Amino acid sequence: LSRDKLDDDTWDEVEDTLITADVGVEATREIVGKLREQARVQGTATAADLRAMLASQLLAALDPGMDRGLKATPHRDSADGRPAVVLVVGVNGAGKTTTCGKIARVLIADGHSVVLGAADTFRAAAADQLATWGSRVGAEVVRGPEGGDPAAVAFDAVKRGTESGVDTVLIDTAGRLQNKVGLMDELGKVKRVVSRQGPVDETLLILDATTGQNGLEQARVFTEVVDVTGVVLTKLDGTAKGGIVIAVQRKLGIPVKLVGLGEGPDDLAPFEPAAFVDALLAE
Amino acid sequence: MFDTLSDRLTGIFAKLKGKGRLTDADIDATAREIRLALLEADVALPVVKAFIARLKERARGADVHAALNPAQQVIKIVHEELVNVLGGEARRLQFAKHPPTVIMLAGLQGSGKTTLAGKLARHLKGLGHQPLLVACDLQRPNAVNQLQVLGGRAGVEVYAPQPGNGVGDPVQVARDSIEHARRTMRDIVIVDTAGRLGIDAEMMRQAANIRDAVQPDEVIFVIDAMVGQDAVATAEAFRDGVGITGVVLSKLDGDARGGAALSVREVTGSPILFASTGEKLEDFDVFHPDRMASRILGM
Ligand SMILES: Nc1nc2c(ncn2[C@@H]2O[C@H](COP(=O)(O)OP(=O)(O)OP(=O)(O)O)[C@@H](O)[C@H]2O)c(=O)[nH]1
Ligand SMILES: Nc1nc2c(ncn2[C@@H]2O[C@H](COP(=O)(O)OP(=O)(O)OP(=O)(O)O)[C@@H](O)[C@H]2O)c(=O)[nH]1
Ligand SMILES: [K+]
Ligand SMILES: [Mg+2]
Ligand SMILES: [Mg+2]
Repeated sequence: LSRDKLDDDTWDEVEDTLITADVGVEATREIVGKLREQARVQGTATAADLRAMLASQLLAALDPGMDRGLKATPHRDSADGRPAVVLVVGVNGAGKTTTCGKIARVLIADGHSVVLGAADTFRAAAADQLATWGSRVGAEVVRGPEGGDPAAVAFDAVKRGTESGVDTVLIDTAGRLQNKVGLMDELGKVKRVVSRQGPVDETLLILDATTGQNGLEQARVFTEVVDVTGVVLTKLDGTAKGGIVIAVQRKLGIPVKLVGLGEGPDDLAPFEPAAFVDALLAE
Repeated sequence: MFDTLSDRLTGIFAKLKGKGRLTDADIDATAREIRLALLEADVALPVVKAFIARLKERARGADVHAALNPAQQVIKIVHEELVNVLGGEARRLQFAKHPPTVIMLAGLQGSGKTTLAGKLARHLKGLGHQPLLVACDLQRPNAVNQLQVLGGRAGVEVYAPQPGNGVGDPVQVARDSIEHARRTMRDIVIVDTAGRLGIDAEMMRQAANIRDAVQPDEVIFVIDAMVGQDAVATAEAFRDGVGITGVVLSKLDGDARGGAALSVREVTGSPILFASTGEKLEDFDVFHPDRMASRILGM
């Protein structure tokens, strides 16, 4: 956006910026449409104005007023002192297990105690991977037999967390593609079984920032099955911009709560809409 | 939502009745629709632009018979072009004249490398080879154990002299694995490596060092079929950082349209060798450009 006159090339550039950030054709057209209207009404002439207007359009699309706090603190007022329960879901390889480890790290650093539930009983060495994270950050890990019932492990983890009076139970689940009906049913069951001990406080969908338009379908189906309450956008330390979360926010109203910025235990940060928009528009 | 490409093109061509040849305006309108369809399928923008330019060139000379359903004719042309870019006929793995053949896997975090290592081992063993799996991801928690489990399932030895989880030098393991393979009469060595970002210079250098240590016959770039516009930057980084001889598209059992296939193919010029289509070791297929073209077009 370097030119100072708003010609067709400038508008094409705006569109290209959004498309190459994975914002998607539909959301891009809507945003650019609003922008053109705004430019016409205000008689805006310079590309610098346009950039500022685009940034505020994107920010508005992300609904910056939304509550992005993680509901991971315990129900101290409830009779049984039940821990907060966080369920972590998403497609294969998105970063679920790593994010469980990182969230546990933050909670423990804040003085909370955490139990990790290894409800991925399917993938090779998945429970070992979570156990490594557990020892790295100082959280107990509840695991079950390999190939066992994930809902039973998740249930046991919450039970264990309640008995030992921890503040938060984080449940890691196996990666699954949202078009696999059987696996999605299994996930629904995990949540139902866990809920017998009280409602799940937070269901986090892990979205890989490199994901293209399929991310919206992921969010749609996972929400249908387990009612996603927040998104964690991982791998934002790479070159991908993660623009699909704009469509996820617009279409489904699910806020991004956290971002993953690396493979280490401290590479997790709150989602800052303004910083995200800045990075999205950066060259 | 958007109609299918076929519906949209039919709309454009409804006005064409009687004319034998496409006007420039017809071609532009058609190109716009195809551009949208490709972008919705996650084909990277620069790749879409180049593709559309070629297509327009071809459409100009084309004789489109209105009587023969021009929408279908244009889709056929687009489909053919896509199949061309995606590689025409599939290529097989390149084997070394003097064994062992070395296959190195590389890609972003979580793309499906370790799983593919297990699949390749199983596949090649089934063809009568004696593969060896090598655990060179010493970084990601329990990557070594994961490979050991998969090796066990494939019935293939896993060379894992270092425990990983931050302990051990992957370049040394890679180097030693070749000697080990010779000693134990393995004719194929499959090297699993850690996931890395294209912009992580230090990790890309490590990948290059592993490559230099094992002199691979194939460097396979594993990419997730769900990847969006970042496919170009990432493919370029791996092409320049490690060198790529072949591509495997993973998680094709999902419902992503998989435009990344086109992006990666265009950027690297390397053939797409296989499709990874599930979590189990047998979920593995040769790559079919024609099916992929249909998938990208939503047919
Ligand atoms: N660069 C980067 N890598 C990440 C990030 N989060 C996770 N990873 C890496 O991505 C890969 C996959 O992460 P996992 O946590 O195993 O993903 P998962 O969703 O649990 O995977 P499955 O359980 O197999 O479905 C690992 O190599 C992680 O180290 C991130 O924010 N940035
Ligand atoms: N559905 C499906 N899942 C796959 C496929 N290939 C791999 N996976 C899953 O994707 C996740 C990541 O696969 P890995 O093989 O661990 O990926 P990786 O590239 O080795 O990951 P890092 O070593 O962490 O970089 C696991 O849950 C695998 O089971 C596939 O073709 N289809
Ligand atoms: K980024
Ligand atoms: Mg996991
Ligand atoms: Mg791996």
